[in-house]
Amino acid sequence: MGNAAIARGAIAAGLNLVSGYPGTPSTEVLETSAKCNNGSMYVEWSVNEKAAMELAAGAAYCGARTMVTMKQVGLNVASDPLMSLAYIGVKGGMVVLVADDPGPISSQTEQDTRTFAAFSKLPCFDPSSVQEAYDMIGEAFELSEKYHTPVLFRPTTRVCHGYASITVKDENEYRTNKPEGFVLDPSKWVIFPRLSYNAHINIEARNVTLSDELSDYGRNMIVPERAEGCRKGIATHGISYTYVTEALRDKSAPRVMKVTTPFPFPEKAALKFLEGLDEVLCIEELDPVIERELTYICGKHGLNVKIRGKLTHDVKNAGENTCGSAAENIAKFMDWEIPEKPEAETAPPLPVRPPVLCAGCPHRASFFAVKEAMKGKKAVFCGDIGCYTLGNAMPLDMVDTCLCMGAGVNITQGIGHIEPDTTCFAFVGDSTFFASAITGTVNAVYNQADMTLVILDNSTTAMTGHQPHPGTGRTVMGEIVEKIDITAVLHGIGVKTVETIDPLELKAAVETVKRVAAEKGVKAIIFRSPCAVIIKPKKPAVIDAEKCTGCKRCIKALGCPGIVLRNGRPAIENSLCTGCGLCSQVCPFGAISVTKEGE
Amino acid sequence: MRTNIMICGVGGQGIVLTSKLIAATAVAHDVPVMSAETIGMAQKGGSVFSFLRLGEGIASPMFPEGEADILIGFEPAEAVRMFPYLKKGGTAIVNTHPIMPVTAALTGSDYDGADMLEYVKRNAEKAVFVDGDKAISEIGSPKVLNMVMLGAAVATGLLPFTLEEIEQTMKATVKPQFAELNSKALRYGG
Repeated sequence: MGNAAIARGAIAAGLNLVSGYPGTPSTEVLETSAKCNNGSMYVEWSVNEKAAMELAAGAAYCGARTMVTMKQVGLNVASDPLMSLAYIGVKGGMVVLVADDPGPISSQTEQDTRTFAAFSKLPCFDPSSVQEAYDMIGEAFELSEKYHTPVLFRPTTRVCHGYASITVKDENEYRTNKPEGFVLDPSKWVIFPRLSYNAHINIEARNVTLSDELSDYGRNMIVPERAEGCRKGIATHGISYTYVTEALRDKSAPRVMKVTTPFPFPEKAALKFLEGLDEVLCIEELDPVIERELTYICGKHGLNVKIRGKLTHDVKNAGENTCGSAAENIAKFMDWEIPEKPEAETAPPLPVRPPVLCAGCPHRASFFAVKEAMKGKKAVFCGDIGCYTLGNAMPLDMVDTCLCMGAGVNITQGIGHIEPDTTCFAFVGDSTFFASAITGTVNAVYNQADMTLVILDNSTTAMTGHQPHPGTGRTVMGEIVEKIDITAVLHGIGVKTVETIDPLELKAAVETVKRVAAEKGVKAIIFRSPCAVIIKPKKPAVIDAEKCTGCKRCIKALGCPGIVLRNGRPAIENSLCTGCGLCSQVCPFGAISVTKEGE
Repeated sequence: MRTNIMICGVGGQGIVLTSKLIAATAVAHDVPVMSAETIGMAQKGGSVFSFLRLGEGIASPMFPEGEADILIGFEPAEAVRMFPYLKKGGTAIVNTHPIMPVTAALTGSDYDGADMLEYVKRNAEKAVFVDGDKAISEIGSPKVLNMVMLGAAVATGLLPFTLEEIEQTMKATVKPQFAELNSKALRYGG
């Protein structure tokens, strides 16, 4: 896996410390680092990306080689320290690994970390394959140390989650790095306007030097044309480079440039590429970074080369590229015949399969309990980032807003200040609570908001693949540590009413919600029940055919994948049902039963 | 020789593990391999598919439509969803047991997979149908569906590996107490 290759490549480069926060598609980089740790490194899941970034910076101040991992939206959280760190710089090599998610497949935005590199003025590496990611991460550390600057390393989903057989280094070739330790120097480590002014001048000068150096970097590669005299070229990057390579296989191919360091842009290499060309097609994912740079370079040097891509509507400007889309873009650009799709019978209408909460997921019970309790009342349900975002799907329909990590608790306050007659709820998972909802809760208490905080505590970070967090009492290295108690945190902040209940005890859960929501001020309910994926399933539920009237209340109320329709009647899908028993508490005729524990 | 494989189904059916097992077998036998999977947002229940490529000279882990030698569909509708990737003359291996999505149950749909299986029958030059439900109830565990499907794929002779070679990788991958069950599943269809 690309993420595993990145971790192993970084370890081979003498990594001393890794920190990060889980986020698809970046998560396995840190997990692999932890797995391969022979005790020579410090590895942690930090509470959020900002903490992870600052921690890695501190270690790099000491001369350690550090890596901090996150997904693209995580970089937004960590952007405050990173923007300043660009001015302060580092001593040991520091790689900021940010995985981008074209599509997006599992993210809120299609932002491009290559653009963030230009914004933060930091060098950026963009690997195109698993092997290249493995080889290049060491080079990223070298560059970081040479210029005393953090560098960005931004694979995309298809590199992160791509698998390939690759050639790796022998362990005796691994570099070891002994950090010197922190050396006091307030003129270096304490940011002040004067320091920033001077640093700004140095950064701009460095980036000019870097642009030249990176023009000679072998991975900013020009593949010569096979079509003699062809005056067209293709510029591309990352995984799209492999799509272009596939599309040009066995063809009389035009010249191709692969841009591996989008910032600082390798201008001299680009000039070599542009020489003798009339037209260039840029095939990129996310932002038209290369297209803008080439357009700028042509203007700057008075070159009469037409640069095409997203900005000229020759390449789609959102979503992922594919082998097929790249082949089509190239065929159009080259005036090649577009191969006709073989005639195929139209497929029958396919059932849509949107992401849903798993069968047996305790979040379903929590949402349903609040929905029942608030029936007929004017209420708003602000959601957050995690598996429980899927509570928006029908029939639960219990997520009215979702913005970014930790936003729900604040959004619900805003709604409450404008609509005082609305009962305001915020739903947040246990991991997200620690990551970024505590400050929002402090805000609510201090500013006298009237809201109910619902914490969905399933004892894990489920959506990204079950990472530990401060409430689990485990670390990524498997140490057992004291759990941070959510109830105690809330009491400490000043939330007086904090009730904990198992949402699968439906009746009691509904009563609790009614009682707590009726109180004034900020109060909290903790729905505690472990994620259905990490516990052993119980025996599937059984529907008594004689008692079942076929009313379908179980299906219409819960939308559980474990209940399907067979011959027009509800039936249990035994391969999915975990025996959680929620449906048995919803059936008005007592037709569904589950085996109780110990039976 | 290059072999392109498309494996698809519903999250939770063991698609990713199947893909990894073939890839690991390739690595063990020095066959170059690349793969990429789309797992979506949900832990379970969403559409999942994995591209897998074996052989020399591959640049991209994914391939365009119409280029899969083998389509392994763990669920009838998912097989049809990814059917455009199957090349002319390619082989489809499809589990006949449907998984009804929540959306279908809510709208009172009578989806039972039959239309999908008919479509595959009409359009695939070679098709193998596996009664996955029968298989898992006979073997005694719903978790081995992926091994049943993989066994059926190996039995077509289109993968460059023998059942024994796949079995060896499986034994190195799964917990020892599950090895025998998985072996039984691999050999179920063969």
